[in-house]
Amino acid sequence: MNLAGTNDMVRFDSPLLAEAGARVESSVTLPLHTDEHVVGVRKVVREHALDLKLSLVEQTKLVTAASELARNTIKYGGGGMVLAQMLDSGMRRGLRLVFADDGPGIADIAQALRDGFTSGGGLGLGLGGAKRLVDEFDIDSRSGEGTAVAIVKWKK
Amino acid sequence: MERIPILRIGDLLLVSIQVDMHDRLAMTLQDDLTERIVRDRAKGVLIDISALDLVDSFIGRMISNTAAMARVLDAQTVLVGMQPAVAITLVELGLTLPGVKTALNVEKGMTMLGQR
Repeated sequence: MNLAGTNDMVRFDSPLLAEAGARVESSVTLPLHTDEHVVGVRKVVREHALDLKLSLVEQTKLVTAASELARNTIKYGGGGMVLAQMLDSGMRRGLRLVFADDGPGIADIAQALRDGFTSGGGLGLGLGGAKRLVDEFDIDSRSGEGTAVAIVKWKK
Repeated sequence: MERIPILRIGDLLLVSIQVDMHDRLAMTLQDDLTERIVRDRAKGVLIDISALDLVDSFIGRMISNTAAMARVLDAQTVLVGMQPAVAITLVELGLTLPGVKTALNVEKGMTMLGQR
């Protein structure tokens, strides 16, 4: 699929970046290295959410989840990228976001998803919290290679 | 450097966050507020977030920490104007801002601080 634009941003070769699971209408890739990039991701996700005609509450949930995951990519993954894909499953449209980095990977995913777990001095709500805010959530993390987190929000 | 302005009204400090804050800006605001509480001998802090369409765990933590710091500096903090969609998202995220007083708008927040 659309890997040409992503390969130069992260080396981590995750199937989450290669396979969207539905027809991709459009896709855009953004870098994730600075605080300003996190703000940029929020803005782009908000625009896509508006395009999907999500309700204000669903927009807010999606943008918040994106903000948490974007920060994780920078803080724990040492920076990376986000791939934003507008999906059309035939039945419904949605936005899929894949956050990817070349960081150390997550040693224990189940533990990382639990509320209150943090290795970075935060509140430990980022990963588990983000999962609750979206419809689909996938993690692919390999020790020493990187982490990819994919989320999908469907227009209901 | 980019900063969020802090206004003084009597012995209260008012901050209205009108921009999408990146993390460094949120930390700067926390530092500036604690410094101003001491310098202006403020008794109360109003943080207006009615223009914010997102409060994530980092911003939430900044607000909680600011309220805690203000408390040990003998000032009360009231968070005002949270949008309903932000409130729903915050709670679902798992963030309930314990120890932070809230009011629906600046006027109600000022009344709350005046009645101490």
